[in-house]
Amino acid sequence: MKGGQSPLVGLLDTLCPMHVLVDATGHIAHAGPTLFKLRAGRALIGIRFLELFELKRPRHDGTMASLRGLAGTKLHLQLREVPRTDVKGVLALMPEDASMGLPGGVIIDLSFGISVLDAIRDFGLTSADFAATDLTIEMLYLIEAKTAAMEASHMLNLRLQGAKIAAEEKAYTDTLTGLRNRRALENVLQRLVASEQDFALIHLDLDYFKAVNDTLGHAAGDHVLQQAAKQMLKEIRGDDVLARVGGDEFVLILARLTDAGRAHDIASRLIAQLEEPIPFNGKTCRISGSAGSALSCNYPQPGLDLARMMEDADIALYAAKEAGRGRHLTYGPEMRRAAPPPVARDDGSVAAAI
Amino acid sequence: MHGLINRAIERFVRDTYGRDTWGQLVARADIDFTEFESMLTYEDEVTEQVLEAAGTVLGKPREEVLEDIGTYLVSHPKVEALRRLLRFGGVDFTEFLHSLDDLPGRARLAVANLDMPDLELREHGSLSFSLICRSPKVGFGHVLIGLLRAMADDYGALVMLDHKGSKEGTEIIEVRLLAMEHTSGRRFELSAGAA
Repeated sequence: MKGGQSPLVGLLDTLCPMHVLVDATGHIAHAGPTLFKLRAGRALIGIRFLELFELKRPRHDGTMASLRGLAGTKLHLQLREVPRTDVKGVLALMPEDASMGLPGGVIIDLSFGISVLDAIRDFGLTSADFAATDLTIEMLYLIEAKTAAMEASHMLNLRLQGAKIAAEEKAYTDTLTGLRNRRALENVLQRLVASEQDFALIHLDLDYFKAVNDTLGHAAGDHVLQQAAKQMLKEIRGDDVLARVGGDEFVLILARLTDAGRAHDIASRLIAQLEEPIPFNGKTCRISGSAGSALSCNYPQPGLDLARMMEDADIALYAAKEAGRGRHLTYGPEMRRAAPPPVARDDGSVAAAI
Repeated sequence: MHGLINRAIERFVRDTYGRDTWGQLVARADIDFTEFESMLTYEDEVTEQVLEAAGTVLGKPREEVLEDIGTYLVSHPKVEALRRLLRFGGVDFTEFLHSLDDLPGRARLAVANLDMPDLELREHGSLSFSLICRSPKVGFGHVLIGLLRAMADDYGALVMLDHKGSKEGTEIIEVRLLAMEHTSGRRFELSAGAA
């Protein structure tokens, strides 16, 4: 310090290793040891304090008088040079009577605040750079300890989530064919209805499946179901849902589809796929399929009457069977007059279940 | 016992002896899972079963297994996090020894339900200490010996450690500091990932 070292300086170096003594002209007369680390060997003593730091808040005009007016308030500063570290500080006035040296000067004590993690890395700080009473080291400990604990919790969450997804997959999958099951279908339908998205619903029954089962046995029947599922999956898009909802009964949900013609094309292609001969133990199994469909866009929304829509698809399926099997029909109101009540059907129909 | 402690035993066996050995150990311990979760709590007897099986499978007395676990926790590269957390305790080995009194508190700050043994350092001169370890579960003292030996290496200090036996849940470890700066030790940067 110009004009002899005040005993104050030694005390401050120990108690506040990041303090600055600024003289009446705004120049740095002395600085705590940690501040030198921010300069990487370049001059610190003798430069203007406000050349080193920008005082961002509170407002001031850069004069010593306005700086002295900020005594006791919290200062938000930023290092002018890269890495532009944010620093906070508090300023106290040196006595005017020169009893502690530097009359008209100020003491500013600085701290890194929340930027401390970056500052430690940028300036290679060690425990010795902080006052013994400073809680920074404890804070660093806590940050690392909490990060490690969070990481362990995060891993646990990931594993639990994985297990949950696997369990859900299992709960929503038909084990024989790998298609979605009735429960999954219910979920998908409820979601579509709740979000008021349009979709087509095709209800499909295998034809002649009972004959395969009766003549060639259950193993052949299971094989045919698996093959049928595989063939039908070839014809559907990624966000369509194909579910096996009964013995030889399937439901296909075609998302966003509002065109009866397209639904008919897809259903007809499914049926064509089903008619491909399926070899089993040297024999050939031949099946086909009948299908009926209904389109959500033909029903009043919101509050789509899902049961009604399923029943209509069911009626269309029945009409397709009546019309000679191996075909698809789109529901029309005239079918309702011709068809027997749906409850008369022997198998557990989807409409009855939902 | 907290999952972190069980997981530490598991990681020690897997990282030191391999997965197969851990598999044998699990089979012998007769527990119905193969991996501990760090953030769950397990019945105390599970830890007992695992430690007993470890002694048999590794062919070592229990005390030695526990000591090896302590050493592993500080010195194995896969568990660097714990070494770093312990190094926050002090800038040299003596300061670190004094920080052990706060260890249970520090552990609880990080993981609220992690119960560590109660530790008390008694200083008999600048180079001679006893560490009193109080815990309902006897054996922590042996883990501490392994851990202290590895931490001394880490700080570059040379120490003699002696387990003076246990009585009614209290274990006493004698620590004699032969040289504070025997080697240069390992570097410790405050900033994680800087080293």
